[in-house]
Amino acid sequence: MINASLKQLSAALAAKKLSAVEMATIFLDRIEKFNPALNAFITTDRAKTLAQARAADESRKVGAGGTAISPLCGIPLAHKDIFCTRGWRTTCGSKILADFVSPYDANVVEKLAAAGMVTLGKLNMDEFAMGSSNESSYFGPVKNPWDVSCVPGGSSGGSAAAIAARLTPAATGTDTGGSIRQPAALCGLTGLKPTYGVVSRYGMIAFASSLDQAGPMAKSAEDCTLLLNAMAGFDARDSTSLERTPEDYSRDLDKPLAGLRIGLPKEFFGEGMDTDVRAAVEAALTEYRKLGATTVEVRLPNSGLSVPAYYVIAPAEASSNLSRFDGVRYGHRAAEYDDLAEMYSRSRAQGFGAEVKRRILIGTYVLSHGYYDAYYLQAQKIRRLIAADFVAAFKDCDVIMGPTSPSVAFAFGAKSADPVQMYLSDIYTISTNLAGLPGMSLPCGFGNTQLANPMPVGLQIIGNWFGEAKMLNVAHQYQKVTDWHTRMPEKMR
Amino acid sequence: MKWEVVIGLETHAQLQTKSKIFSGSSIAFGAAPNVQASAVDIALPGVLPVLNREAVVCAIKFGLAVGAQIAPRSIFARKNYFYPDLPKGYQISQFETPVVSGGGLMIRVGSGDTATEKFVQLTRAHLEEDAGKSLHEDFQGRTGIDLNRAGTPLLEIVTEPDMRSSAEAVAYAKALHALVQWIGICDGNMQEGSFRCDANVSVRPLGQKEFGTRREIKNLNSFRFMQQAIDFEVQWQINEIEEGRAIRQATVLFDPDSGETRSMRSKEDAHDYRYFPDPDLLPLEITADWIAQVQSGLPELPQAMKTRFESDYGLSSYDAAALTMTRATAEFFEDATAATGKGNGKLCANWVTGELAAHLNKTDMPIEASPVSAAQLAGVIRRIADNTISNKIARDVFEALWSGDGKDADAVIEAKGWKQITDTGAIEALVDEVLAANQKSVDEYRAGKEKAFNALVGQAMKVTKGKANPQQVTDLLKKKLSA
Repeated sequence: MINASLKQLSAALAAKKLSAVEMATIFLDRIEKFNPALNAFITTDRAKTLAQARAADESRKVGAGGTAISPLCGIPLAHKDIFCTRGWRTTCGSKILADFVSPYDANVVEKLAAAGMVTLGKLNMDEFAMGSSNESSYFGPVKNPWDVSCVPGGSSGGSAAAIAARLTPAATGTDTGGSIRQPAALCGLTGLKPTYGVVSRYGMIAFASSLDQAGPMAKSAEDCTLLLNAMAGFDARDSTSLERTPEDYSRDLDKPLAGLRIGLPKEFFGEGMDTDVRAAVEAALTEYRKLGATTVEVRLPNSGLSVPAYYVIAPAEASSNLSRFDGVRYGHRAAEYDDLAEMYSRSRAQGFGAEVKRRILIGTYVLSHGYYDAYYLQAQKIRRLIAADFVAAFKDCDVIMGPTSPSVAFAFGAKSADPVQMYLSDIYTISTNLAGLPGMSLPCGFGNTQLANPMPVGLQIIGNWFGEAKMLNVAHQYQKVTDWHTRMPEKMR
Repeated sequence: MKWEVVIGLETHAQLQTKSKIFSGSSIAFGAAPNVQASAVDIALPGVLPVLNREAVVCAIKFGLAVGAQIAPRSIFARKNYFYPDLPKGYQISQFETPVVSGGGLMIRVGSGDTATEKFVQLTRAHLEEDAGKSLHEDFQGRTGIDLNRAGTPLLEIVTEPDMRSSAEAVAYAKALHALVQWIGICDGNMQEGSFRCDANVSVRPLGQKEFGTRREIKNLNSFRFMQQAIDFEVQWQINEIEEGRAIRQATVLFDPDSGETRSMRSKEDAHDYRYFPDPDLLPLEITADWIAQVQSGLPELPQAMKTRFESDYGLSSYDAAALTMTRATAEFFEDATAATGKGNGKLCANWVTGELAAHLNKTDMPIEASPVSAAQLAGVIRRIADNTISNKIARDVFEALWSGDGKDADAVIEAKGWKQITDTGAIEALVDEVLAANQKSVDEYRAGKEKAFNALVGQAMKVTKGKANPQQVTDLLKKKLSA
C-alpha cells in the first residue's frame, strides 16, 4: 500500500478494498512512527485528517451529484507549510509565524480539497523557502530518509522526506530556484515545477513573487500528472495566473519517444558536477536513446549568470514581500519595546532566522537608491538574456536534460557555513525559474562518493513554456522502463 | 528685493469606485474600524492584489479631461516603508511610468471682470492605494489601527511648478476640485479626506531663472488653509533668506490654530523608498478602444461648456465661468434655460449667479440641495419675461418659493395677488389719483425738477405695492404731465 501509485490507491478506494479513513490512518500511523526521526512534518492533526477522510468516503459513496468523482478523492497528501490552510497552523518554517493560523485556504489547497484529497498535515521547509538543505527551518532540520545524517535538500525538504519515507503518497511543493526539483533529486522522487502562471500563487506565502511556482511532488511522473491536473488553472485572485484553456496533462503520457530531440546544454555538463551524478545522468541518457530519442548539444551561454542574477532578484522581491511580517497585525511581536522602531526591529530580529535576514539585507541593498540600476536592473537584463538562450536552444530540441543538482545529498553542516557554496547547489535549476519555464526532476540512479548509504541522483528535464504534458510524457516513458522511482529507503519499511 | 513665489501642487483624489483598488472591499466612509478590511487589505500571508479596472477608468477619464497622454502601458511599483497603518510594508503606486502624463487645467484668478486666465500644466497623474489610519486618541499610550481606508484608490495629480501666488494655487485647486467632481471620479469631500493637497513652495529673486529650494506643505484639507499656509510659508522663506539663512529642503505641516507651518522632517531623514516594479501585478495595458469607450461616456467638459454658453446665450466670460464652476450649477442653469427659452439665457444666468447663488451662499448649501428647483426658477423667469411681475416682485416670489411658500411662481403670484397691473384703464386711474394727491411734486416737475418725476412714479408703485407695470406708469405720467 505505501508504495502504491496514486492510480492504484484510487482503484483501491473505488473498489472499496479500504476506506479513505483506513488509508489515512495507515499514513498517520507511519508519521507517528517515523516523523520523530525525520522531522518532516511541522503540524499534524489526526482528528482533522480523519474528518476529511470521512467526508471523502461519503463523497465516494453518494457520488458528487452528477459530476464525476475525482480519481484523487480520498487519497491523502500533505502540504508544504508555505500554503495557507484554514484552521491549520501555517508557519512557513519561521518563528515569526510559529502560531499563525490562516483564516483562509490557498488556491492550491482549495483545489486539492475540492478533488477530495485528505490533508495529512503541514510539511517542514526552509524558513520562507530560503534554503537548499532545510537547515534554515525554525522547526529544526529535516533528515534525509536515505541517510539521516544528510540533508533532504530544500526548500521543500519536508515534502521530499515525507514522500521518500512513505509518510505520504504525495505532497505539494514550491519552487523559486529549484525548491521542488532539488529536494526531489536528493530524496529520489519525481517533482514538477510548472510554467510560471500555470498554478495560482494565491495563498502561497510569497518569497520571490516573479519566480515562485507551486507544483506536485510524488513518486512518479504519472502521480504528478494527476496532481497537476487538479492544481493547475486560472485564478482571478492571482494577477500573474494565466487564463488558458484547461489541459489534461496526462494526454501524452503514453506517446512513444521515437524522434524526441533531447538538448544537452554544454554548460550543464562541465566542471562542478560530481562524477557519480554525471554517471547516473549519462546512463539515463543512454536509456533515452534506447527509447528512440536523439541527443543534441545546445548552448545556454548566459546560464553562468543565473545564480548571481537570481541572488539579486529573489532577495529584492523577498525584502519587500517579508515587510508585512512586522508584528503589528499577526505573527510574532517582541514582548518588550519602548517605541515603534524598537517594536519593529525586535519583533523581526527575533522572528526571522539568519538566512532570511541575510536575504532581506541583500534585497534591501540592491533596491537602494544608487544601487538599483547597478544590481536590480542589470539582473533583470540578464534574466531576459537567459530566457532568450532558452528560446534559441528550443529551436533544436524538444526538451532539455541535465543533472538537477551537482551532487547527491550532502551531510548536515557541509555547506551551511558558506552561503555561496549553498547557493551553487541550485546552479542547474535556477535559470528555469528566471525564464519562467517548467522543469522537473526524476530519480535516475544512485551515487555515493563519500557517504555510507547510496543516495539518489536526479535527472532534470526542462520543457518549453507550457510543455508540461511533453515533460511528463518523457519522464513517464523512462519510468516505464526503469525502477529508480519505485525504490524506497530500507530503514523506513 | 522683489521675490517671486513658485508653487507646484500634488493632489490626492480619492476615486469614486465601488470597491478598493486591489481588493473587493467597500470604500464607503464612516464604517466601524476594520470592518471593511479583507484578507488582502490587512495583508495576510499569501494574499495578492488584483487591479480594479474601475479605478483605471477614472484615471482615463481624468487624462482625457485634462488633455493628457494616457500611457498604453504603465507599471505599478512598490514604495517600501514601514508604518503600522501600511499593512504590506509597501504602498502600491506608480513610479517611473504613470498612467497619465502631461495635460493641464485652465484656471481663473481673481474675480469679476478683472479675473485673468492661466493654464497650469500637469506633470503626471498616477494610480495608487491609500494607507489605513493610525488613531492616536482613545487608546491611552497606544495606537489604534483602522485599515478600512487601506487600499482605497487614489489618483495622485502632480502639477508643474507653474503657480506664482497662493491665489493661483487656490484657483488651481478649486478648478481641479470642480473637474474631478464634474467627470464623476471623486466626491470632492475635503472633510472626509477625499481630496487633499500638498503644496511645494519656494521663492526666488524676481528674474532669477533657477528655482529656490522648496519645502513641501503636507495635507492641506481646505482652500482657506491652503491660502494661509502658503502665505505664511512664503513670508517665512523670504525672511529666512533675507536674514542670510539658506532654505533647506523639508516636509512641513500647517497648523491651522497658529497659522504657521513647521518642519516635520528634513531631506536628510527622507526615506529611501526602494521603488521597484510590483511583481504581483502585470503592466497596466490601456488600448485605444478602451480609451474611446471611456471617451464616449464622458460628459461635456467645463471649458467646452463655458465656450458654448458664451456663444449660445450671449453670456459674458465671467458669467459663463461662474455657471460652469460645478456640473450641478451648469445643469441647473441649462434646465432653467430650457424651460424658459433660449432667449432668456442671460436672465437665467443673472438669477442663477445672483439671487440663487446669494441664497445658497448665505445658507452654505450646494446647488443640488437648493429648495428652489430649476423648474421653479424657470417659472419665476417666465413671469418676468411676460411682464406678469416686475423684477422686484420676482425677488419676493423667489423668497416665497425658497421658504416653501407655494409650489410654483404662478401659485405664489396668485395667492399673494402680486400679478402686475397692466390694464391701461386701471393704470390711468391710478396715475390720475397720484397726480391729484401730489400737487407739490407736479409743480416741482413742471418747474424743471426732474427728480420730482421719480417721486411720482414711486408713489404710483407704493400705492399698488409694486404691482403696477413701471413702464406703463412712466409712459402715462409723462403723457399727462406734458399735456
